[in-house]
Amino acid sequence: MNRVLRWTWSLVLWEILCGLGITLRYFFRPKATINYPFEKNPTSARFRGEHALRRYPNGEERCIACKLCEAVCPAQAITIEAEPREDGSRRTTRYDIDMVKCIYCGLCEEACPVDAIVEGPNFEYATETREELLYDKQKLLDNGDRWEPELARRLELDAPYR
Amino acid sequence: MMPFWDTYIGILILTVLKTLALVVPLLIGVAYLTYFERKVMGAIQLRKGPNVVGPFGLWQPFADALKMLTKETIIPTGADKVLFVLAPMITFGLAIIAWAVIPVNNGWGIANINVGVLYLFAISSLGVYGVIIAGWASNSKYAFLGALRSAAQMVSYEVSMGFVMVTVLILAGSLNLNSIVLAQKHIWFAVPLFPLFIIFFISGLAETNRAPFDLAEGESEIVAGFFVEYSAMSFALFFLGEYANMIMISGMTTVLFLGGWLSPLPFLPSGVLWFLIKVFICLFVFVWVRATLPRYRYDQLMALGWKVFLPISLVYLVAVAGVVEYFGWLPHA
Repeated sequence: MNRVLRWTWSLVLWEILCGLGITLRYFFRPKATINYPFEKNPTSARFRGEHALRRYPNGEERCIACKLCEAVCPAQAITIEAEPREDGSRRTTRYDIDMVKCIYCGLCEEACPVDAIVEGPNFEYATETREELLYDKQKLLDNGDRWEPELARRLELDAPYR
Repeated sequence: MMPFWDTYIGILILTVLKTLALVVPLLIGVAYLTYFERKVMGAIQLRKGPNVVGPFGLWQPFADALKMLTKETIIPTGADKVLFVLAPMITFGLAIIAWAVIPVNNGWGIANINVGVLYLFAISSLGVYGVIIAGWASNSKYAFLGALRSAAQMVSYEVSMGFVMVTVLILAGSLNLNSIVLAQKHIWFAVPLFPLFIIFFISGLAETNRAPFDLAEGESEIVAGFFVEYSAMSFALFFLGEYANMIMISGMTTVLFLGGWLSPLPFLPSGVLWFLIKVFICLFVFVWVRATLPRYRYDQLMALGWKVFLPISLVYLVAVAGVVEYFGWLPHA
């Protein structure tokens, strides 16, 4: 008897109507979408995006070629070569990051004693070829010059927690 | 001297003009149905849907059409080339041809023939050939499985759809779609035949291979079903054929159950606008159902068709015939 009753009740399509009711309610809800290229989500000051090599305010590059970042990099994406400059200071002659290998863990940033290598807020650097993602020193320094105000602000915001 | 419009050439020109007047808005409607579906499904899933190409994304269908046109048509080496190219044309052509008898307003049907319902039924049954031919000609196992599924599904649901139509015919007393609409002057057939109206609509979902009965496509199981091997324009024809079929089933529902162009309120004038509004509501339900329900299992689909819809529509048919005969309500008796 119970089976017959349940079968008959199923003809009313009650569950399906309930489901349709729920979707109809959602139809009138405000949208959750961010209109991406025109609006963007806020990012944390610790957001780990594209890398940059910073400079001191006088224009001297910060990196002292200690190679701690190269050593700590778990993906072995960083390659550094260094020799003393004419004035006797130790500087890099080559600083490459393979952005394809990089896992954006932020350990290079943590290891750097002079805040030279940092991961910036930028995440929109898609390229059309793979080769463009093999960054060299010049590209990283240019990134640093381009994002410096933002990078300095982020470091300052994060400083109390370091 | 006969007036020009009564000569053979005049009739021919007139028919071509009428056809254009119907087919061009229909094709635009089909194009915008894809946009409408994306917008509605987006809203239900709390997304925005296409909104970048043109104001509110209104040019999206044209952008899609251009994209489809510029792609390469790939014909697999193992395919039967003639049938492979023919199948999407059959599907799309049949979806358009059926509109010849649908009266969008009193006497506006291009062919006001006396066997309109029979014609519609025949055309929608032929639709399965496009699918089977596509599945067979592709020479691919996924396409073949999809075609088999869809053939079985369409044949099963046509049976109960047929009984539903026969019930409508008993009440209307005519096979002419124009007279069927006029017979609903006092009450729409959706009211006395409400269960059959629901059965007809659900069978329509199955007939057009729409969710929750889209087993023929079944993206998660058989990739895309019968049109896996299709690309570019031939794919677009299948895609548009599906949407044209949706509009066609909505039009059939409107004519058979929702009183076609008749106004629902006695003080408002009837007209083509009412037909469009009713079709639009049906299409919204099509999309709404797709955004709500998950896909049926194949045995459930068959059980629903043969064990639920067929007995109910059969019993209802006999009951309606009995009642009508007993009270002497048969029209033109």
